[in-house]
Amino acid sequence: MRNRWIGWLTSGFTFIVAFILVAPIFISVVMSFTSSDSLRFPPQGFSTKWYQAVIEEPKWQDRLPVSLTVAVSSALLATSISTLSAFALVHSNVRGKNLISTLFIAPLIVPVVVMATGMFFVWAKGWTIGPLSFGGKIVGTIVGLVLAHTVIAMPYPFIMVRSSLTNVDRSLELAAENLGATPVSTFITITLPLILPGVLSGFIFAFIASWDEVVIASFLSSARVSTVPVQIFQQLRESLDPSAAAISSLLLLVSAIFAGLLILARKKGPEIQEE
Amino acid sequence: MSLLSVRDLCFRYGDKPVLKNLSLEVEEGEFVSLLGPSGCGKTTALLLIAGFERPDQGVIELGGEVINEVPAYRRNMGMVFQNYALFPHMTIIDNVAYGLRQRKIKKSDAYKAAEEALNLVQLHGMANRMPAQLSGGQQQRVALARAIVIKPKLLLLDESLSALDRKLRVEMQVELRKIQREVGITTLFVTHDQEEALTLSDRVALIREGIVVQYDKPSVIYEKPKDAFVASFLGKANFIEGRILSVLDGKYKMQLNNGETIDFETPHALTMGTACTIAVRPEKMSISSDCSKVTSIKGKVALVTYAGGITQYMVQALGKEWIIQSQNATIRGAIFSVGEEIWFGWQAENSLVL
Repeated sequence: MRNRWIGWLTSGFTFIVAFILVAPIFISVVMSFTSSDSLRFPPQGFSTKWYQAVIEEPKWQDRLPVSLTVAVSSALLATSISTLSAFALVHSNVRGKNLISTLFIAPLIVPVVVMATGMFFVWAKGWTIGPLSFGGKIVGTIVGLVLAHTVIAMPYPFIMVRSSLTNVDRSLELAAENLGATPVSTFITITLPLILPGVLSGFIFAFIASWDEVVIASFLSSARVSTVPVQIFQQLRESLDPSAAAISSLLLLVSAIFAGLLILARKKGPEIQEE
Repeated sequence: MSLLSVRDLCFRYGDKPVLKNLSLEVEEGEFVSLLGPSGCGKTTALLLIAGFERPDQGVIELGGEVINEVPAYRRNMGMVFQNYALFPHMTIIDNVAYGLRQRKIKKSDAYKAAEEALNLVQLHGMANRMPAQLSGGQQQRVALARAIVIKPKLLLLDESLSALDRKLRVEMQVELRKIQREVGITTLFVTHDQEEALTLSDRVALIREGIVVQYDKPSVIYEKPKDAFVASFLGKANFIEGRILSVLDGKYKMQLNNGETIDFETPHALTMGTACTIAVRPEKMSISSDCSKVTSIKGKVALVTYAGGITQYMVQALGKEWIIQSQNATIRGAIFSVGEEIWFGWQAENSLVL
């Protein structure tokens, strides 16, 4: 009897928390279908005119390709860099292995504003140590945004690839080498296929990390080159224009598609790693 | 000249020396077992030969060439891992053809050779399955096919049969030996199972704490063990340790460490006053209800273990325990029972002097 009460209590609590988490998303999606000229909840009437407005508005037509380019390129870069680094770290006996791993995860821990400020100065003025110099004059460019988002996206693929690598039986790689495969060939034909689910989910997380990032993007954007989330933020500050809700819903749709892909990638994972 | 020649191999993990001047010669076509208790360095020796680890000292020669600096993927050795290490994301035929494909052999030729190798290990029709769909014994065969299809100079087997159940293991032993003879491939087999080593090998290298203690034919290693370790690791033995009291015509009287005296014969020459160890295999002892020339020691049966073909007795005599095995040549089964007084002994030639 008592157990049943506890069961109801915990499931009730879970539903309330889930509701609180989902409600804002739900509200924003519902509001985007309003027929009035300002954001309001509950919405008045039903229309898709704000979606129409988004599609026709050149501002969004400018921002969307930037967001996509930046998210895809930075996710690709972050995933390849962290896959190779995780592979190297798992296989080497270098001193300070844990410290290096921590550095890869640091972007998750360091406050975003701190990173954004630092990046802004380096990206704007450049940074010179001895003969090496980096950055300068890349604020407000796609390259600048891609590099910055690569940094913040890196932890996700790194963590995922590292954990899938620890599940790969080392003797498989040794067997491949024994059969005449060079280390590079072993990585491509054996290791990579086995960690692919981890690499894919890492890529998806990296994509989403860049796709909805506002803080760093607003530091590094210019009036000409900017991303969708930054634009939404600016627009909401100026007016409560329902087109912001419409574009938010579209952003959400893209994220949801990627989250669905993530579940697929995960599902495929255990099957392969079961061996 | 030997095909494989390993000289003074040294290797340490951190501070712990694993191999200490390990030397080994393997002839072309030979089947050699590296036998030893776990942690003796036998697997490490195999990893060094395969090129997965680098020796701290010493030379590894294959066909007269020093291969210390040759990376694993150019050594042309086929290895069967303890857990088989089949690639889980590839079909059986892709697994077997992998080594050939890495050698840039034409696809159709590679798959034809892989088919043949699968036929050799009696796995025709399994080509398109995934490794997870196969039983342990079948996976073992695939691993073997994958290792021999590349026509390696040396086949390395790392405890490859120990994951199988007993019946299957014995079947695989026979098959392994058959295939090895058919292909004529030089094989190095690491095992901790003495029975396996004795039945399969042309020669057995018994390894203890990183050095080869004895390297010889199975029959020699069993019948003429070099020391007490070899004698006790390969099969069972009764050890008689003590000091020679008197010598007369090959008849010796020995004082045991516990003060008792024993009379025995051996063709070996022993000098009076020296401390020595005699070993006698349990199956080479005789047990009888009467005192005779070969059964001259009186004892009491403490334990009887019936094992089908043989019966093993634990006998108390001269203040120590003795193990005696007797063939169950008739269907009467065990002759003696616990508590019975018996006489036992052995033929002079069966005394091994260590």
